Amino acid sequence: MSEVFLKIENLTKNFGQFTALRDISLEVFQGEFVCFLGPSGCGKTTLLRAIAGLDIQTQGSIAQAGADISVLPPAERDFGIVFQSYALFPNLSVEKNVAYGLESRRAQRDEISQRVAELLALVDLADQAKKYPAQLSGGQQQRVALARALATSPGLLLLDEPLSALDAKVRAHLRMEIKDLQRRLAVTTIMVTHDQEEALTMADRIVVMNHGIIEQIGTPQEIYASPASQFVADFIGTMNFLSAKVACSGKCLLDATEIAVDTSDLEAGQQVQLAVRPEDIHLEAKESGSAEEQNQTPGTIESLEYLGAFVRATVKLHQSGATVQADLSSGNIDPSAMVAQTAVAVTFPADKIRLYPLGT
Amino acid sequence: MAGMPHRSGTHGSPLRRKSSSDDRAMRLFILVIAVYLVIALALPLYVMFSKSLENSQGAFVGFQNYLEYFNTPALVYSIQNSLFIGVVTTTITVTIAFILAYALTRSRMPGKSVFKTIAMIPILVPSLLPGIALIYLFGRQGLINELLFGYEIYGPIGIVIAEVFFTLPHALIIIITALSIADARLYEAATALRANRARIFFTVTLPGVRYGLISAAFVVFTLSVTDFGAPKVIGGDFNVLATDIYKQVIGQQNFEMGAVVSMVLLLPAGLAFLVDRIVQKKQVALLSARAVPLEPLPNKRFDTLMLTYSIIISIFILGILGVCQFAALVKFFPYNLSLGFSNYQFDLMDGGGWDSYFNSIEMASYTAVFGTIVVFAGAYLVEKGQGLGPIRGAFQFLAMLPMAIPGLVLGLAYIFFFNAPSNPLNFLYHTMAILVISTITHFYTVSHLTATTALKQMDSQFESVAASLKQPFYRTFLRVTVPVCTPAILDISIYLFVNAMTTVSAVVFLYSPHTTLASVAVLNMDDAGDIAPAAAMGMMIFYTAAGVKILHYLLSRGIEARTQAWRVAVAK
Ligand SMILES: Nc1ncnc2c1ncn2[C@@H]1O[C@H](COP(=O)(O)OP(=O)(O)OP(=O)(O)O)[C@@H](O)[C@H]1O
Ligand SMILES: [Mg+2]
Repeated sequence: MSEVFLKIENLTKNFGQFTALRDISLEVFQGEFVCFLGPSGCGKTTLLRAIAGLDIQTQGSIAQAGADISVLPPAERDFGIVFQSYALFPNLSVEKNVAYGLESRRAQRDEISQRVAELLALVDLADQAKKYPAQLSGGQQQRVALARALATSPGLLLLDEPLSALDAKVRAHLRMEIKDLQRRLAVTTIMVTHDQEEALTMADRIVVMNHGIIEQIGTPQEIYASPASQFVADFIGTMNFLSAKVACSGKCLLDATEIAVDTSDLEAGQQVQLAVRPEDIHLEAKESGSAEEQNQTPGTIESLEYLGAFVRATVKLHQSGATVQADLSSGNIDPSAMVAQTAVAVTFPADKIRLYPLGT
Repeated sequence: MAGMPHRSGTHGSPLRRKSSSDDRAMRLFILVIAVYLVIALALPLYVMFSKSLENSQGAFVGFQNYLEYFNTPALVYSIQNSLFIGVVTTTITVTIAFILAYALTRSRMPGKSVFKTIAMIPILVPSLLPGIALIYLFGRQGLINELLFGYEIYGPIGIVIAEVFFTLPHALIIIITALSIADARLYEAATALRANRARIFFTVTLPGVRYGLISAAFVVFTLSVTDFGAPKVIGGDFNVLATDIYKQVIGQQNFEMGAVVSMVLLLPAGLAFLVDRIVQKKQVALLSARAVPLEPLPNKRFDTLMLTYSIIISIFILGILGVCQFAALVKFFPYNLSLGFSNYQFDLMDGGGWDSYFNSIEMASYTAVFGTIVVFAGAYLVEKGQGLGPIRGAFQFLAMLPMAIPGLVLGLAYIFFFNAPSNPLNFLYHTMAILVISTITHFYTVSHLTATTALKQMDSQFESVAASLKQPFYRTFLRVTVPVCTPAILDISIYLFVNAMTTVSAVVFLYSPHTTLASVAVLNMDDAGDIAPAAAMGMMIFYTAAGVKILHYLLSRGIEARTQAWRVAVAK
């Protein structure tokens, strides 16, 4: 994973007056699995279609495997694609669909059928070769589309929301399968999704997009643990946001409580949003007024929500009246000790909180 | 990687995709078909317009012909007559069609498919035929002419009855479609609010089909104003625009005045067309909403009423047809009522004899085959082609235009264009080819819309996938697009065949002694007073068209059965 395979530079796409992509630059490495993640309408599909040459960018360049492909038509690029609708040819059987890209390459008939059999085995559909797409389940159709896209051994695999038409269980299963397949074939893959769980579980790196720009590029861990912007923090996972003010270097003020935190890039007196995930907040039963420890502020549990593996508490902070959500699992406290109206001390661990300047 | 050409920044003109060989091939094909439409449609119409500004010596005279036209009361009177026929026919046909469509979609009466099939019969006969039947029924020696209480069938009464017969299926199809897209949830809501049947009808049903009704009204209006068959046969002294064109051209050889009347006739047809396009756009918006189909509830009184009504309409249609068959078989009406086939000895009459019949079949077959290829390929290229935006836009316009051009106008335009000695395409004049070309053009719009609808229903990503697999477009076209669209392709070819069999208006100006046609023979035999043989030839057209329809039905059933395994997906 060292060599740059796909290099996108300063790419802009306008639809008339509307700018769908603004000055996007991005590198994808050989063999990497990259997810474009973002809310609906942020330009993910548009970027994917530009990479495929299906809908060419207004400005900017794209290079694949060292060659400039910016203005090439799709047929002269090297990629396989799977659409959300799968776009399987309905009148062709599964094996004919998979063989579609092989046939005109002057390959021998038995060579083709061997390759088709190999691909169908790869996606675990060897026994479905003679069926028509309409006779398959959604998940099976999806795998046929994948096999068809991989048949010509393309250098780049493009997937546009390949799982979104499936129900939750099939989706979870196929995530694993696609990821596994991708790792085995080591094919550079770009997948578009608006499902963060999908992106977090499958991607080597995630490109978080919003309104036609890239908010952050990073591994799932980076994106989740250190969101680069308030948008990313809000979009990925659950996040509490609290109004705060930078006090001095290394400290901010959450109402009357002083909180130790990393304040680099921020100035004293600046209004900020303090972001902390529910699972990072510590609660302990404690009467208010008793001496508070570092990064601790008093509150009261308002309600508790049972969510299976853990309990989510809604806590009202005494000083501001704001509420935060905190997850209780056996990891930080015995959930059974907590009931509504319990007075608690709320701790924000310094290394788990981040500050974002207002308006980012 | 460092030496890569740099195109960054937001300055400079937008990037353009390099054309692939597919793009170039598709552009070439679309240009070819666009040129076809320009030659077969735009240029003839243009030439006709310029003719209307010339005198018989070919000198430019400005609007003098128009002045002369509007100063000839006999001619101007026809405008009024045409509009009168149009308005009355539209009112009657839309009313009849609406109630029938309502019976077919909103009742639980038995035999719906039979009634619907019967109501479609008029499509299979030339518009001359109902006139002939009316002569037998209500003419001077008609079977039941007492029923007219002394009124004349020759004139507006006859024309309107014949036009109602002729236009009914067209209105019915549109209104049935409008009624079937109704959303059951609206009715459930209205019933829950305890609205009674009448109230629901006026607050839910009628508003729901208003665009369908408007559209049907304009189609019927256009058809009845531009039709030439009915007024020719049963119009008597009641002149309308369509018969005026015919008389000016065929009777008086006054081509310039024919062109002027044609331009006048273009106005109502073009206007109706424009309004219809606007209304259609609104209807599409209604269509795209996700609706729950309505299941009518049984209601004995209502169902009986609707059944009675449907039977009456069916008797009217079958009656007209039956009388024609009777006319064709009776030896010498009304003096010798014994039956026989003497009227089928076409070779003894004017009009081209049996040859016309076989010419018609030949012409209809060519039209079906070549028309389907041209129309479907054209629609495909317009839908899927890349680039050439303005040309594709112009193509769309040209494809919609024939709907607004009455057949007589098109035929006359062809005379002007193809018969000009200076035209290198002059060799086409008086050939089978020009009949085929004019018929394809005349019926282009509906075929084009059928093809476009089918293409739009296909997954738009097929072409993208094929390109990513490096397959040339024609391979995907032949292996996927055509098989998936086979039902629509069959529909188009049958539509073209049947219309080519029955049409009179465009070809009446274009046939030659070697290429006489059955429908024209009906006209000419009727003109010569051989009404019984005309009826016999008309029935030959009916049987042929009906036979082809049945064949189509069987073929579709067969294809359906064979492709059932994969059609499910397309149907959803
Ligand atoms: N052909 C087009 N013409 C005009 N605007 C377009 C076109 N295609 C996309 N857009 C606009 O560009 C923006 C980005 O669209 P895009 O399809 O890339 O979104 P997306 O991120 O894939 O969203 P989704 O998750 O809903 O698929 C949207 O605002 C969309 O309306
Ligand atoms: Mg998308």
